[in-house]
Amino acid sequence: MIITNIPLVPGKQIVEHYGLVSGSTVRAKHIGRDIMASLKNIIGGELKGYTELLNEARKEALDRMVEQAEKLGANAIINVRFSTSSVAQGAAELYAYGTAVKVE
Amino acid sequence: MSNENLAIFQIILNNLDIVFFIFLFFLGLVSGSIAENNHYKSIKKREEEFINIPVVNSGDFIDETREIENIYFVSGSCVVALDYFKMFFAAIKQIFGGRIESYETLIDRGRREAILRLKEKAMKKNVDIIINLRIETSSIGQNAGQKGGIGSVEVFAYATAISYRK
Repeated sequence: MIITNIPLVPGKQIVEHYGLVSGSTVRAKHIGRDIMASLKNIIGGELKGYTELLNEARKEALDRMVEQAEKLGANAIINVRFSTSSVAQGAAELYAYGTAVKVE
Repeated sequence: MSNENLAIFQIILNNLDIVFFIFLFFLGLVSGSIAENNHYKSIKKREEEFINIPVVNSGDFIDETREIENIYFVSGSCVVALDYFKMFFAAIKQIFGGRIESYETLIDRGRREAILRLKEKAMKKNVDIIINLRIETSSIGQNAGQKGGIGSVEVFAYATAISYRK
């Protein structure tokens, strides 16, 4: 599966469009990470626990999008975009969307 | 213990919240600035290392004359948080307005770190150019957006990496 965030696949021809595919996940942080993060808030700087958590979550959203594209028979997703929104306190939704296409 | 010492001890005990605040303030000041200096040093060092990979935020920088071997999707992210010293400093600054440099450096660090992580991932795949870099910033954390809350900011950078056939 080729994933790009530009409206084409360089060096390849788009032969078929399958429309929008998307994947999302809502994640909450767990207490252990939260305690560590609030301790880190005293010193400031990077919160490694959250970085990890969001990376995992974003990977899952991407995987779901890829899964959906595979079901449609696509072999590439172009113009991928991300969006993040906080649904509730301590929970975030990560959303990935793109256009599924077939390239040759 | 003499009476005088006991009295001082009593005062400290009665104002434990203030003592705690002062302690956090100085802890934030010292360790925050040490951490920032170290981070900037490492950022500068790594930026020099990766200077030979071109990164553009436009999508049409592809060399048409060369054959493309592989296309990858690369990303990097970083969550940064404020410390008590920065918050306090910013609260004072907000009375007069103007630039809040302590926040600026924080977000700058996060952004450069995210881009460096993206480049690191791209380096491992031996790419020649990174195109269409996009950076997204969002505030997360339980107190995000609330008044008086400790903010943490997530910076996410994503791009398309291309390697040409040698």
